[in-house]
Amino acid sequence: MSNKVEALKELLYKMADDQLILGHRNSEWIGIGPIIEEDIAFGSLAQDKTGHAWNLYQLLEKMGEGDPDHMAFSREENAYKCSHLTELPTNGDFAFSLVRHFYFDHAESLRFAALSNCSYPDLSGLARKFYSEIKYHVFHANSWVKNLLNGNEESKAKMITALKETLPYALGIFENGPHEETLISEGLFIGEEALKAQWVEHVSGLLSSYGVELDFNVEPKVGGRNGYHTEHLKPLLDEMTEVVQLEDKNMDW
Amino acid sequence: MKRVSLDPRVSRIDFAEGENPQNLINENIDQWETYEVFTQKKRGDQHQHVGIVHAPSKDLALVMAKEQYARRGYCVNLWVVPTASVTATEYEDSDIFDSVPEKTHREAVDYKVKGKITKYLESKKTMA
Repeated sequence: MSNKVEALKELLYKMADDQLILGHRNSEWIGIGPIIEEDIAFGSLAQDKTGHAWNLYQLLEKMGEGDPDHMAFSREENAYKCSHLTELPTNGDFAFSLVRHFYFDHAESLRFAALSNCSYPDLSGLARKFYSEIKYHVFHANSWVKNLLNGNEESKAKMITALKETLPYALGIFENGPHEETLISEGLFIGEEALKAQWVEHVSGLLSSYGVELDFNVEPKVGGRNGYHTEHLKPLLDEMTEVVQLEDKNMDW
Repeated sequence: MKRVSLDPRVSRIDFAEGENPQNLINENIDQWETYEVFTQKKRGDQHQHVGIVHAPSKDLALVMAKEQYARRGYCVNLWVVPTASVTATEYEDSDIFDSVPEKTHREAVDYKVKGKITKYLESKKTMA
């Protein structure tokens, strides 16, 4: 059985990295969103994600993992444990970005609901702290997905394509880490398998109510939790850390 | 043609040779209808009109209104109403609000301080 602290660190890293990378991806819509109101809304959600990442990195700092800025900006690519879903480029496709937001935020909502019972009080505290923001994120995602699925033929077709194409990546969120048994036996987390089952039931039910039946028995895109990433992560990290790399490492922001 | 910009999102866009980026803008784009937004600062307060949003439906109007008008201040409840549902007077008829000079007793000029008095009483209440 692996060490409890190592298991907790692994859980925190993958959660924080998911939030950081997805926050960055979603922020790419700022200034070029489909309409001004949604531009502001999507940017605001992205900022919340980055805030969640910062809070999670702070927990890791408390556990001796160093400075949150270092964790966010100065690690090697394979040290990041984000899922492939969060890395995929936006490519100006708002349907894809919305669907990613929809899939991810339902997983996040269920994950933090489970973590509100975590035996590590700092993490259960964060789960409660994030509750209202995540509730609103899910409300935002559902409203858009429902409206576009019930819009015109074009919006429906774009959404269904995005829902199908993104699904294998979304299932990759639940890739098992090396410490699943420890996380479960120590009462830290219900484990990825259990979370995935909750997510599939919840999301398929919701999509059904919007009139869409998807086959969830598809092969998940995995690797991210073990440091194996798509070719899209490295360019993202280079872009995200461009200013940090220019400046004096000890500069105070 | 690759454009080099400080904004990497702009640099990533691949324009065809000689193409004017202006052409990428659809001038005939339809606008969604507008909704009037009302926020309530606390339960029991009157809802206050704060502005408008564009939205394709009632539920997305709530989402947009939440983000534009309830992000930076206290709010416990939001109303959105399609602008088309509002019945209004004409500005050219604004003289209907005038009255003859000798009826100043009707004008509520003395109530100007009412807001200040209420505010003072409220502040005393919270201090106590």
